[in-house]
Amino acid sequence: MLGFLKQPVVVTAEINVNLVALTVMGLVNRLWALSYPRAVVFDEVYYGQFVSLYMKRIFFVDDSGPPFGHMLLAFGGYLGGFDGNFLWNRIGAEYNMNVPIWSLRLLPALTGALCVPLAYQILVELHFSHCAALGAALLILFENSLITQSRLMLLESVLIFFILLAILSYLKFYNLQKCSPFTAGWWFWLLLTGVACSCAVGVKYMGLFTYMLLLAIAGVHSWHLIGDQTLSNVSVLCHLLARGLALVVVPVAMYLSFFYVHLTLLYRSGPHDQIMTSAFQASLEGGLARITQGQPLEVAYGSQITLRNVLGKPMPCWLHSHKSTYPIRYENGRGSSHQQQVTCYPFKDVNNWWIVKDPGRQQLVVSNPPRPVRHGHIVQLVHGITTRYLNTHDVAAPLSPHSQEISCYIDYNISMPAQNLWRVEIVNRESDTDVWKTILSEVRFVHVNTSAVLKLSGASLPEWGYRQLEIIGEKLSKGYHQSILWNVEEHRYGKSQEQKEREVELHSPTQADISKNLSFVARFTELQWKILTLKNEDTEHKYSSSPLDWITMDTNIAYWFHPLSGAQIHLIGNVLTWASANVATLVYVCLFLWYLLRRRRKICDIPEDAWRLWVSAGGLCVGGWAVNYLPFFMMEKTLFLYHYLPALTFQILLIPVVLQHLTDHLCRSQLPKNAFSALMVAWFSSIYLVYRTFSPLTYGEPTLSAAELRALRWKDSWDILIRKH
Amino acid sequence: MPCEGTRLRFPPCPTARTPFPLVPCAVVPGRRRLPRVGARMTLAAGCCQAESGPRCGGLRQRRPRRPASEPSRPSPLPRAWAPLEAPVGVWAPLAFVTLLSFASRFYRLSEPPHVCWDETHFGKMGSYYINRTFFFDVHPPLGKMLIGLAGYLSGYNGTFPFQKPGDRYEHHNYIGMRGFCAFLGSCLVPFAYLTVLELSKSLSAALLAASILIFDTGCITLSQYILLDPILMFFLMGAVLSMVKYNSCADRPFSASWWFWLSLTGINLAGAIGVKFVGLFVVLLVGLNTVYDLWELLGDISLSLVTLGKHLLARVFCLILLPLALYTAQFAVHFAVLNKSGPGDGFFSSAFQSRLIGNNLHNVSVPEHLAYGSVITMKNLRMAGGYLHSHWHLYPEGVGARQQQVTAYLHKDLNNLWVIKKHDSNTADHLDPSCSVEFVRHGDVIRLEHKETSRNLHSHQHEAPMTRKHLQVTGYGINGTGDANDFWRIEVVGRKAGKRIKVLRSQIRLTHLATGCILGSSGKTLPKWGWEQVEVTCTPYVKETPNALWNVEDHINPKLPNISLDVLKPSFPEILLESHMVMIRGNSGLKPKENEVTSKPWHWPVNYQGLRFSGVNETDYRVYLLGNPVVWWLNLVTIGLYLLMATCAIVAMKRGVQLTAEFKELSEVLLHSGGKIMLGWLLHYLPFFMMGRVLYFHHYFPAMLFSSMLTGITWDTLLKFCAGRLSCSMGRRVYTYGTLALMLLIVYSFYLFHPLSYGMVGPMASDPNSPMAGLRWLESWEF
Repeated sequence: MLGFLKQPVVVTAEINVNLVALTVMGLVNRLWALSYPRAVVFDEVYYGQFVSLYMKRIFFVDDSGPPFGHMLLAFGGYLGGFDGNFLWNRIGAEYNMNVPIWSLRLLPALTGALCVPLAYQILVELHFSHCAALGAALLILFENSLITQSRLMLLESVLIFFILLAILSYLKFYNLQKCSPFTAGWWFWLLLTGVACSCAVGVKYMGLFTYMLLLAIAGVHSWHLIGDQTLSNVSVLCHLLARGLALVVVPVAMYLSFFYVHLTLLYRSGPHDQIMTSAFQASLEGGLARITQGQPLEVAYGSQITLRNVLGKPMPCWLHSHKSTYPIRYENGRGSSHQQQVTCYPFKDVNNWWIVKDPGRQQLVVSNPPRPVRHGHIVQLVHGITTRYLNTHDVAAPLSPHSQEISCYIDYNISMPAQNLWRVEIVNRESDTDVWKTILSEVRFVHVNTSAVLKLSGASLPEWGYRQLEIIGEKLSKGYHQSILWNVEEHRYGKSQEQKEREVELHSPTQADISKNLSFVARFTELQWKILTLKNEDTEHKYSSSPLDWITMDTNIAYWFHPLSGAQIHLIGNVLTWASANVATLVYVCLFLWYLLRRRRKICDIPEDAWRLWVSAGGLCVGGWAVNYLPFFMMEKTLFLYHYLPALTFQILLIPVVLQHLTDHLCRSQLPKNAFSALMVAWFSSIYLVYRTFSPLTYGEPTLSAAELRALRWKDSWDILIRKH
Repeated sequence: MPCEGTRLRFPPCPTARTPFPLVPCAVVPGRRRLPRVGARMTLAAGCCQAESGPRCGGLRQRRPRRPASEPSRPSPLPRAWAPLEAPVGVWAPLAFVTLLSFASRFYRLSEPPHVCWDETHFGKMGSYYINRTFFFDVHPPLGKMLIGLAGYLSGYNGTFPFQKPGDRYEHHNYIGMRGFCAFLGSCLVPFAYLTVLELSKSLSAALLAASILIFDTGCITLSQYILLDPILMFFLMGAVLSMVKYNSCADRPFSASWWFWLSLTGINLAGAIGVKFVGLFVVLLVGLNTVYDLWELLGDISLSLVTLGKHLLARVFCLILLPLALYTAQFAVHFAVLNKSGPGDGFFSSAFQSRLIGNNLHNVSVPEHLAYGSVITMKNLRMAGGYLHSHWHLYPEGVGARQQQVTAYLHKDLNNLWVIKKHDSNTADHLDPSCSVEFVRHGDVIRLEHKETSRNLHSHQHEAPMTRKHLQVTGYGINGTGDANDFWRIEVVGRKAGKRIKVLRSQIRLTHLATGCILGSSGKTLPKWGWEQVEVTCTPYVKETPNALWNVEDHINPKLPNISLDVLKPSFPEILLESHMVMIRGNSGLKPKENEVTSKPWHWPVNYQGLRFSGVNETDYRVYLLGNPVVWWLNLVTIGLYLLMATCAIVAMKRGVQLTAEFKELSEVLLHSGGKIMLGWLLHYLPFFMMGRVLYFHHYFPAMLFSSMLTGITWDTLLKFCAGRLSCSMGRRVYTYGTLALMLLIVYSFYLFHPLSYGMVGPMASDPNSPMAGLRWLESWEF
């Protein structure tokens, strides 16, 4: 118990001065003059608006990725006391005093700085010498593009940090695996791998590539484990389960939790409400919820409703009718029924109101008690303002001649009787007797006589239809497409017998009784689906580039330009590092193939453990480069140079790997070794020189003269802004 | 399941001509003995050897019937399984399945006597070959050439227009073309039979696979019409069969049969990609197989490097060079046959069109240099780019300024004509014969006046209709009088200032003087108001892309001497490259429209929804392309079953579980042969998930062929495994009855669903009076 009295308490701390020095250098290098420039730089204009929305708790949808990255940036804003009041509309706009730009940029800069010691550790864990590890860290330290990207309110450096962290913790875990499985450290690093992976994916979907790579590596290692016959079946199973838990279950749970926090934080309605379904909108404060709050849940005979198309493409719209009729003849000579038009209208309007009527009764009010409409019931839909019935005949629709025209029936007293019975089919029903519910039920209307289905065709009517969207009756309904589904958005129980009163009633706002909330899972599923499928129109950008331009850095991006002094920030990498990284990759691949083929012929050029090291380090670095780079060739979106940075980081890690291999195995005698070392020193100094040369473009200061700028234009394809005087 | 199997035995019944492995009665002693409570005992009959099999937990139990001292038997060679030694046992079933296959495909071939589904395309294209008219299609030419050839040989004269599905053939001879496709479609069954036989050495597996294909309504329907799919699948299966055959000749490299199968593989590959680009997947399959093959050879130290080099060269020659040569040859024939101008001209460049008889560029002579007052057409240099076009229609309200539309149009039309004028004068003096000709030079500022409407090509600070950040291009002004926004600088790529501009050969860039943007075609299709022509914009991004380059195609100027353009005729490699670019562009242009219900890849293996080939109404003769649901669902289940079995086998082997020789052989078949087929299925199915183009149900059929073969192999292995666990006679009974039951199931389901292929008349299946009533198991089926 009292042992400490007899013996002194000794704390032996082992401090790797290299590591500390590297961290400090990284911090200095990334954090120096962080709040300069006090103006919106490049994509800060994009991420900034989301930070503001977070501060104001307003819901948004961003199709560029999951919310964790945005949340981290917003956390910086929260720490700095940002109130969200800034109009993010223009690159180069000066920040107001209320924008805590230092703390907004702090997090990306910190993560960027920590990448330096991470690179060091990764190489050490791969069993390379401290010298090689130091080299890797210095290369990351002096990489201009990584510095630029970390010093601004952007997400790439955060992504790279989590990627490297995931790799490092997996390596730590794997090295512990041999000596001490199932210890605390083992569990810590394994779980940290999973957590870092999910954070990487949560910041940008690009993180998925590295996650997949790690899963593949873990898969290969598990396969070796299965083959290890010294382990009992039970312990193999435990190992596999532990990996499954940490590398699959934990990341999925973390990923869900990001969305949970996101949805909890953002509870107010905002600019992107229209994208979401009525049910989702109703769960947000303000917006639709204000209208729908407390409206009756069950649609009954006599209910007054508005019907929103579930797909809502090309734009969200409501079933609509108005006094105008279809033209007797269309431009192409086809005839129409000349009945009243039915369209889909993208704005709220009194003409969007319909009344659900029981075909067997005359009255248009809800009886007491209300008789709810159930799945399979046959109803008539009466247009509120014109009291005409929704109808369809075997007449071709105006723009989709293969489908039927939908109209509101006008009795012209010709041999064309009304066919206005519709069967209500609730698609997302739980049982066949489900009641038609406001907002929640997705319904399709099947015409009783022709079994045509009410559908939004997506085409816009010409002038005579006021460019509203065309509604058709699709005769051969192929499967379930969202364009045939409708949900009730606004709803109230009709009370007015007379048409005059009813019109007044239709104009008045709905009132409320009950409210309902969507479950988290439903909200998550919808939001996730919207993020993945929402397509912003491809925009060309002045600085967009193709993946082929990236390897050789034939392109740059001008991030910011001071209108008066001409100071500027560019995304330009350290040319020498990029070139060396490419050479290293090439050398690695060639040597690897050479060794591989020779080994197949049973000729071993290098010892077995050196070969294993060569394969594992290469698999990680070249593999990481390939998975983060090659998929871009298949992407159709607008691409920028900064998309290459994660791949570049892996490629940089490869340089010391290759160099050490060359010194260890190819330079046999002392003389070439010395020459090689001298060469290394010269090479490192030139890398530092290049870094110094380009640092004015990286940090935005000092301001360079036109001649100096011209001298920096090392490649003709670079776009460096030179002011004309 | 291999995983649960504790014992594995095979009834060695050498007299019976069954596909059973002929295993001598011998015992392999187990290496570990862990008597354990609960381990089941072998109920072996006297004639069978008892042998313990693998156990997942590594526990094995064995009860030898013979003295353990008996020497262990070497594992039987694969040949011991082979029923190939009994020719009748192989060839008689082969003849039988072939006969059935032909019977099922040729039955009611001439029905319905009207154009069905895509016959309207491929029949038409066959006619084009007979008429030698040039056309454009997104697929390579071989399939359509063969259809044309079949039609030609069977006496079809190419006069039927194939306008739309449902047109009656009347007196036209269409049976020849359908018969040809049905013939190739029938060959799939013997091919599958031989492939499975070669892979699994098991007659029943082969019969099972063959019967699946014979009795699948989908395969029958798809083979009975003038379509590319039977031709594609013929070459595809041919390639797989010959690949498997040459693999099994591996012990006799460079023998005659080895060379034969190797080169046949190459020939079939050329055929497969020659029909549709989907054939690339089978090329990939053969490629991966070859790489694996070479890797194995490389690891064989007994082979010298010279021998290895020979192996490599033989494969390079037969699998790369030979197919390439044949593929190129197809195109040579294609271009040689189609020498008349036709509907496909506009998709190709001006130089290409000058080859075609009847095209206005053929043997034409035009003035060489552009001059003021010339009437010209300008074609976008993008592959399959259109002509600069305008017409009497305005941009609709809300789309930029309400001025006349300017578009790119793929077809020749009078509205494609433009007049070059000086920017500062609007007199007609260029046409005055007394005036001297003034040539247009590089760097000049010009005005382009639309000939029909007399409006000037114009651009201004309004956003283009489809492409954001680009500027709108319009026709502006009355009778040629406009404003300063009508001025364009004409430049030729790679030319010095002051040089003249040549017809066809000069690549022209038009820069808008006021805004500095460049005239280009974005390649996006305009909506209905723009007649679905291609958008023309003025792009502010100065990049060297063919989108922003144009060439002058037609050129009319009576004052200039004409020169012949024969020098322009492109060489064969140029035509080949260009037609491929056009095809690729065409393929990726087949995008689904918004709000259109399209077939999704996940629908296919589930047999979720078919395709209506013919007939809609109750009185029509209706044919519906839908797989036999029993067969397809069996295939689907089998894929899961295969994965499970393969995983168990591979894990058991990795855990070092001691396996009996029979089990080893079974897992060998399962992993190697089954693995090849599984890879084929994956390669022919997964890529569709990544395709952006419109997909149809029939795209799954190549994958379905692999899936069916996999079903044969998997169930046969499973039954053998189960049989091995039972006593000799019992095991044989299980095996025989199991196989028979599967086949009967397939035949019975075919009996139920055969009207899908052979035509349904009368009420729809939703009507209880219909013969198909009660068979509409999924609501999404539309028969």
